[in-house]
Amino acid sequence: MGVGIEVTNLNAWYGSNHTLQDINLNIPANHATALIGPSGCGKSTFVRCLNRMHETNPIARVTGSVRIGDLDIYTDAKPVEIRRRVGMVFQRPNPFPTMSIYDNVASGLTLNGFNNRRALDEIVEKSLKNSALWDEVKDDLKKKSGASLSGGQQQRLCIARALAVDPEVLLMDEPASALDPVSTSKIEDLIFQLKTQYTIVIVTHNMQQAARVAEKTGFFLNGRMVEFDSTHKIFTNPSDKRTEDYITGRFG
Amino acid sequence: MPEIRISQAQFQPEPPKNGGERPAGTAAPEPSAIRKFLLSRGNSAVADRGFHLLMVLCALSIFGIVALIATELMLSSQMAWDKFGFDFFFKAFIDPDTRLPMYWDPVNGHFSALPFIYGTLVSSFLALLLAVPLAIGVAVFLTEMCPQALRGPLAFLTELLAAIPSVIYGLWAVFVLVPLLREYVNPGLIKGLGWTGLFSDDNPTGLGFLSAGVILAIMILPIISSLTREVMSAVPHSQREAVLALGATRWEMIRMGVLRNARIGIVGAVILGLGRALGETMAVTMVIGNSPEIHHSVLANGSSMAAVIANEFAEASGDLHRSALIEIALALFIVTILVNALARVLVWAVTRGAPARVN
Repeated sequence: MGVGIEVTNLNAWYGSNHTLQDINLNIPANHATALIGPSGCGKSTFVRCLNRMHETNPIARVTGSVRIGDLDIYTDAKPVEIRRRVGMVFQRPNPFPTMSIYDNVASGLTLNGFNNRRALDEIVEKSLKNSALWDEVKDDLKKKSGASLSGGQQQRLCIARALAVDPEVLLMDEPASALDPVSTSKIEDLIFQLKTQYTIVIVTHNMQQAARVAEKTGFFLNGRMVEFDSTHKIFTNPSDKRTEDYITGRFG
Repeated sequence: MPEIRISQAQFQPEPPKNGGERPAGTAAPEPSAIRKFLLSRGNSAVADRGFHLLMVLCALSIFGIVALIATELMLSSQMAWDKFGFDFFFKAFIDPDTRLPMYWDPVNGHFSALPFIYGTLVSSFLALLLAVPLAIGVAVFLTEMCPQALRGPLAFLTELLAAIPSVIYGLWAVFVLVPLLREYVNPGLIKGLGWTGLFSDDNPTGLGFLSAGVILAIMILPIISSLTREVMSAVPHSQREAVLALGATRWEMIRMGVLRNARIGIVGAVILGLGRALGETMAVTMVIGNSPEIHHSVLANGSSMAAVIANEFAEASGDLHRSALIEIALALFIVTILVNALARVLVWAVTRGAPARVN
């Protein structure tokens, strides 16, 4: 089951560029939370701070605290342990091209030395069913490479790969922005189902997408979080003028 | 250049007359200076065609040179080929007096390339064995772990190794490497691993297959590591992030996200290193011992295909001797071309091919 995320005074830098400034918010467990805002507003940096991927860039820096469940991820644990509990799906599908579909899904487990064949078979099947890809690939699991699938299938494969390690939180950084409308709607249906089991944080450019899948929405602008509220309120009656301007299309 | 400045002065647009408008019925104005200049340039098709032809000739000359070399080698080795046929590469002669196999006997006109092929293969294989792990280590460090400030100088130094003339490697090997191996390394090998039969103690000089292999390893290190670095850098960043996001350590990320995707190109880099090792002449000639024999022990004296040509060609004892040497050259020529072609295809497959399609 998912856990909640509590972010306090989070600041992040790329070199001298202060990309996130004093972010405070509580992301509820087992719900989908959308982050919207114009390009370069810091929303991607923000999700990358939630699994400590931000700091893999040598010029990046973070201060503040992020609690996932009971764990302060910047003081209580190593990045490697955090990333085993927090799955991530990237903007562009990035399956491993030299691995079969099966090995792609199992990679998070085999990487950590898990090699119980029967348990792996079960987990791979369950993850692919959860990511709504099973029926399309079940006959070629070990025959086809991850790169042989279509873009939308590759992205669902990446979701299955993230789900296979049974994460508590699933971060999605514009997971559908490189996909066609049909694949996009499949991913959205998927998010709808997955949020009952996982805490989902989804970054999106597409405001309709946020409105469709998320209970909560945060609006980012210039490295600050302008407003965080229920999705319904953000899209019908935002309290901040800048949020209203953005969602009504006056800028961004 | 005053001419140019003068002619550019002519290109100033003339001030428009009548406020820029031409009354109906009047003649068209004189073409501008720029227009006149461009019209006077004429048709450049002839010059274009000439340039094209010149470049095609330059390109074709490469094929011409390769074809000429191959033809000359084949013609000049005809005599040895007619006399020995395929046996030249596979068979030894039995000395009627000693009953021992003999390979290379210019006095009695017996020639077999076998010990030289053996020496080339053994020294190159030893070189790969030593150079490949080191080169991959260097490449991994430089692409994945090295602080930015150190990366440029280190990469530059590694590649500088490739620019040192091989005779200098040879000299260094004769004066430093061989004594070092003889005094400190070989005794240990003989003591610890002598039972394998690969390290015998009957050669006190320190010259031999192992010395040749070590110096070759140093010489092929730069090409293997720089090409490995190139194919590793061609792996998209998203692959590294994908592995990291699964909770991988840095080493697991390198193994799964980088080396695995680059492996075909790394094999290509290794084969290219092999190609260089096979053909390397000077340094090997100086340390391999130059005796046309086949031994199990890597500490024994041997010779290589390139070494025997360098040593004996100038004072070959007759047409057959010279022809046999040229036949060895032909074999080396064909093998190195094939090995290099294979390597280039593999490297190309990674840097232009498969992973680039994914992202």
